Amino acid sequence: MTSIVTIDPVTRIEGHARITIHLNEQGTVEEARLHITQFRGFEKICEGRPFYEMPSLMARICGICPVSHLIASSKACDALLAAKPPRTGELLRRIMNLAQIIQSHALSFFHLSAPDFLLGMDSDPAQRSIFTLFSTHPQIARDGIALRRFGQHIIELLGKKRIHPSWVVPGGVSAPLTAEHREEMLAAIPDARQAVLRTLLWFEPSLSQYEQEIAVFANFPTLYMGLVTAEGGLEHYDGMLRFAGDDGAPIGADIAPQQFETCIGEAVEEWSYLKFPYYKPQGYPQGIYRVGPLARLNMVGKCGTPLADEWLQKFKAQHAAVRRSSFSYHYARLIEVLYAIERIEQILNEECILDTRVRAHADLNQQEGIGVSEAPRGTLMHHYRTDENGLITWANLIIATGHNNLAMNRGITQAAKHYITSADIPESVLNRIEAVIRAYDPCLSCSTHDDGRMALKVQLYDPKGTLLQEKHRQ
Amino acid sequence: MSKITVATIWLDGCSGCHMSFLDMDERLMQLAEKIELVYSPLVDIKEFPESVDIALVEGSVSNTDDLEKIRKVRTHARYLVSLGDCAVTGNVPGMRNPQGTAPMLHRAYHENATLQQGIPSRQVPALLPVVLPVHQAVPVDLVVPGCPPSADTIYYTLCELLEGRIPDLAQRTRFGA
Ligand code: SF4
Repeated sequence: MTSIVTIDPVTRIEGHARITIHLNEQGTVEEARLHITQFRGFEKICEGRPFYEMPSLMARICGICPVSHLIASSKACDALLAAKPPRTGELLRRIMNLAQIIQSHALSFFHLSAPDFLLGMDSDPAQRSIFTLFSTHPQIARDGIALRRFGQHIIELLGKKRIHPSWVVPGGVSAPLTAEHREEMLAAIPDARQAVLRTLLWFEPSLSQYEQEIAVFANFPTLYMGLVTAEGGLEHYDGMLRFAGDDGAPIGADIAPQQFETCIGEAVEEWSYLKFPYYKPQGYPQGIYRVGPLARLNMVGKCGTPLADEWLQKFKAQHAAVRRSSFSYHYARLIEVLYAIERIEQILNEECILDTRVRAHADLNQQEGIGVSEAPRGTLMHHYRTDENGLITWANLIIATGHNNLAMNRGITQAAKHYITSADIPESVLNRIEAVIRAYDPCLSCSTHDDGRMALKVQLYDPKGTLLQEKHRQ
Repeated sequence: MSKITVATIWLDGCSGCHMSFLDMDERLMQLAEKIELVYSPLVDIKEFPESVDIALVEGSVSNTDDLEKIRKVRTHARYLVSLGDCAVTGNVPGMRNPQGTAPMLHRAYHENATLQQGIPSRQVPALLPVVLPVHQAVPVDLVVPGCPPSADTIYYTLCELLEGRIPDLAQRTRFGA
């Protein structure tokens, strides 16, 4: 008899999903699947609307990284205008994007995953949340709240609103930075930098406690993908699109991001609303690749800011198995937070940053546009076509979490095979399998622009797929 | 005195209303002294509790899972709040209603797919023919508009409810913004 164990909903992740674990007749794991259960239809609902509405509409794909969508969407619209934002406009967009990476990474690390590290994967599920950390680890909880607030506050100072600001627009941004807000941001930097350094200093030594998790949390070779600078450094806004091998060395020449469709195909599986992008030259499902903080750090030679580069060297000195494990996404996320804080400071000190020319004005000049940028979770692609009046006729979106879909599924299969040895499965084991998903920090409302929802329910199926038994995880 | 129990529910929304809840920042630590978050995407309890004092609902009712969930929440929650425009009006998810679900699914899984085109139908919930605001699925006790409502508005709403008062939101909402 084959049986299926279901985790429904998967909690402390950003979205709607369930996991099923398929056991074979011997009672061992055959496969585990991540089912994304939300579908949203953004690629179609935008049709008929003027292109300049796209950034604000597409931001509603996701409340965690709305800025990523604002940016990728506005870049696609820049292409429709055939206009390049003035340098200050571009720099200001970069600041908002980095601020968002900080707040989103802080949410993932502190609010969602730290309860596993600090309270234990085996701790009481009723207590395993950030709210318990308020009393058990108040300083760490405060650092998490402060880092998230730092990012959100910068977004608010620029765009007047923390979530869904409408300030990033086709051609640039709608208002310049004021001297007063610049001072306020600069003044907040030292505390934020200290908070993330404090976190790195307790988290990095604790990695030795997680040897087992590191060994089985999606620890296998895959390709990596992401934007890089012309010199092969860390890049979140522009640059070239790189595919790299397990060792981080590029495969072939970097390509212009607008050419992503030559390398990426999207497959559908009938059991998930989230599609499965794959690297076309290697086919499906062999063309498995990962994106996001771990992929970005594995691919680049340097970050470009002093403290982050020191930490990148430490990260690169780790054993290949550590750099390859998706558990290390957490580590990579902290290094990126440090980088983003340092980089915001550098940009705020650029001479032109208070210039008031921040937007290029133009009408529709092209009827097709592609915008690509790095969201916290990986590369984000918006592709639009319009009619001659600038009304959208078609859109395709590939979202960070989608790129990781094959790797998330293979990752939970690896962990399930390791931890599950009989049909009697303790809660702590199911939590570890969910933790694999948390490591990827999937943003399922995003990925489910088409498709996302996660619970814990155990279902037993016979080999024909008939439901035999169902029990809920309490 | 035992704490007031609060649940937050995520239906078809972008999670922005939940993020605005987290934007209460340090005030969350104060609130944690008065309320207990007993069910939420932020905690690990997988089953909706027998009885909850206040339920904050983000998102519209868009598929069969959402409908099942909101009915359950209504049965077990004493006071149900529609939080944000998606819950209150259908907002962005509701934009699919004029065309219906078929063209949405066709675009995503046929036109914009390279391999194995087809509409997912196994172990995923079916879409409802029309997206519903929460009050069209179950009775709602309070609506808090905004996309999302600001953290200040959410904090004020919770504090008033904790004091046993109905919040006066006339000056505190920002419809559609
Ligand atoms: S109301 Fe706005 S912020 Fe809230 S879920 Fe809907 S789109 Fe997101």
